[in-house]
Amino acid sequence: MTDRVGKSPTIIKPHATRVAANMPDYGATQSSFSWVTAESLLDGLPDGHLNIAHEAIGRHVATGHGAQVALRWIAKSGARTDYTYGDLERLTNRFANVLRSRGVIKGDKVYTLLGRVPDLYIAALGTLKAGCVFCPLFSAFGPEPIHARMEIGGANAMITSKRLYRRKMAGIRGALPDLREVFTVDGDTDGTVHLQPLMDAADDDFDIVRTDPEDTALLHFTSGTTGKPKGVVHVHQAVVAHDATGRLALDLRAGDTYWCTADPGWVTGTSYGIIAPLTNRTTMIVDEAEFDVSRWYGILADEAVNVWYTAPTAIRMLIKAGADAIGTRRFPDLRFMASVGEPLNPEAVVWANDTFGQPFHDNWWQTETGGIMIANYAAMDVKPGSMGKPLPGIQAGIVTVADGVLTELTAPMAMGELALRPGWPSMMRGYLNEQARYDKSFKDGWYLSGDLAMRDADGYFWFVGRADDLIKSAGHFVGPFEVESALMEHAAVAEVAVIGLPDETAGQIVKAYVALKPGVTQSDDLRLELIGHARKRLGPAVAPKDIAFRQNLPKTRSGKIMRRLLKARELGLPEGDISTLESDEA
Amino acid sequence: MTAKDIRAMLTAQLGRIAPDIDTSRIDPTLELREEFDIDSIDFLTLITALGKELSLDMPEADYGQMRSFDDLLAYLQARTA
Repeated sequence: MTDRVGKSPTIIKPHATRVAANMPDYGATQSSFSWVTAESLLDGLPDGHLNIAHEAIGRHVATGHGAQVALRWIAKSGARTDYTYGDLERLTNRFANVLRSRGVIKGDKVYTLLGRVPDLYIAALGTLKAGCVFCPLFSAFGPEPIHARMEIGGANAMITSKRLYRRKMAGIRGALPDLREVFTVDGDTDGTVHLQPLMDAADDDFDIVRTDPEDTALLHFTSGTTGKPKGVVHVHQAVVAHDATGRLALDLRAGDTYWCTADPGWVTGTSYGIIAPLTNRTTMIVDEAEFDVSRWYGILADEAVNVWYTAPTAIRMLIKAGADAIGTRRFPDLRFMASVGEPLNPEAVVWANDTFGQPFHDNWWQTETGGIMIANYAAMDVKPGSMGKPLPGIQAGIVTVADGVLTELTAPMAMGELALRPGWPSMMRGYLNEQARYDKSFKDGWYLSGDLAMRDADGYFWFVGRADDLIKSAGHFVGPFEVESALMEHAAVAEVAVIGLPDETAGQIVKAYVALKPGVTQSDDLRLELIGHARKRLGPAVAPKDIAFRQNLPKTRSGKIMRRLLKARELGLPEGDISTLESDEA
Repeated sequence: MTAKDIRAMLTAQLGRIAPDIDTSRIDPTLELREEFDIDSIDFLTLITALGKELSLDMPEADYGQMRSFDDLLAYLQARTA
């Protein structure tokens, strides 16, 4: 928000930090950068082919780094298991062979519904080797978000666990005609195939599929305000951006120990939790457990993490826990800390500077952009509360569209929509089967992000808010429509509106306003029943945390529920233009 | 408060956050967050509610002692004893 700007003094980077950074001079790199040069740092495959998995693993094994630890997995129990680049090469080859042996072919969509276990990482990279499309789903989704995402993407194969299958997939399997194979990583259950015996029998060698740079590699889903979730298509060429942005925005170096706390069910956990760390030949830390203050500080210290990429919700929980939680731990190896998911409040940036001797570096990007677009860099001074400056190779602007005409706003601190000039390698190639929705994202040669922002006189960007009703809770988009649809299925519900309310930890929490059918009486029991109903269908990551009853919901003449008005009233803000309001809350 | 009261209160609070989960069917020795399908925000809500009801300060440093239903119950009993 505007009141963030200039609230905290700029954090000046020491000379020693600047000269040691991967990008010591932002301005110089920005003017000399080209994506062609960035691509030349990768290997490629013969005849102009490119495969993400080769750049992530095979390339390093071929140059003698097979013995370096690629993935250190920390189980919930705390037990550590190391996988070297050589191990990953072998295991992902086996996985690709398993897919082949079961008739899963190039272009097929391979989904995962798993916690952060090694099988997930092996499946992701093995899928890419086999020329298939990898689509990770968040394991805290309920059956309905899972079904929608599998149906839209046309899932052909799924890798999951027995528990998740029974709880969330068994009931929707019959409604997924394209789904041919379900592999379970921990034994088999009705209708699934145990993966391990197949892996044990598979060959260590696999001839990696020579994919075209424009072949689809990744499918990520993101929520819209209205309608179904959108399947965002990314191609193998995206690896050029993953690799370069990992180096420039996260300061990743070969041999670093790197911890990205994001789950691969979200785009951050794939682009920067699998691909960028491996192409940059780091050792990735993967923690199976959920957020826990002392465990996290323990991992940072014990694993001697060099680069840490996390999210505002987690950072705010660390701040809440206080300095005592750190105890006697010190972090001499920690070189760079970054944050993404939603704007990081200036207090959190300053807290980090006091606690770790360095700020968190906020950055901005979206599922659609595939990689970091705007960032605070190791060698650049940090203005707490700002998302930083565009990556080299990225042109960002503040625009406004009025009467179908786009105008770029160049005056400092002018507020408008954050827009990007398309053309970087990890830009989405489409919304799956939704050309019209994709076309709507572009105007006059700009990609429109849907985020409102400002740029100050020094070129730093400041996030203002969303241009639409999308909710961001704990860093993840929740589409109001998806939540409203699930609640509408309940027999007692006549109409429903879902909004995001400010929450000091999660950023926003999901709240639903429900009008009941005639004859139905509101009660606390019914409220709990509706929350339970939503949780069963949507899972805890999407379901509303709170439900309020209303006699009626404010609607426009055309019958559209005015979420904006509900929100303004809840927060005691001005109601704004209500000229289209036809029927109000009674 | 008796041990029985505390169990009933914990069950009731969990029932407000995860009303879809039948407490009698969960495994009280396994991870609470997984058994009740609750995320870290839900967990925070639970701890805040319990702390309020029992007038207890439940610091984050203690969260490690609240991994399962049984752990959390034992923790609450020890703290209110």
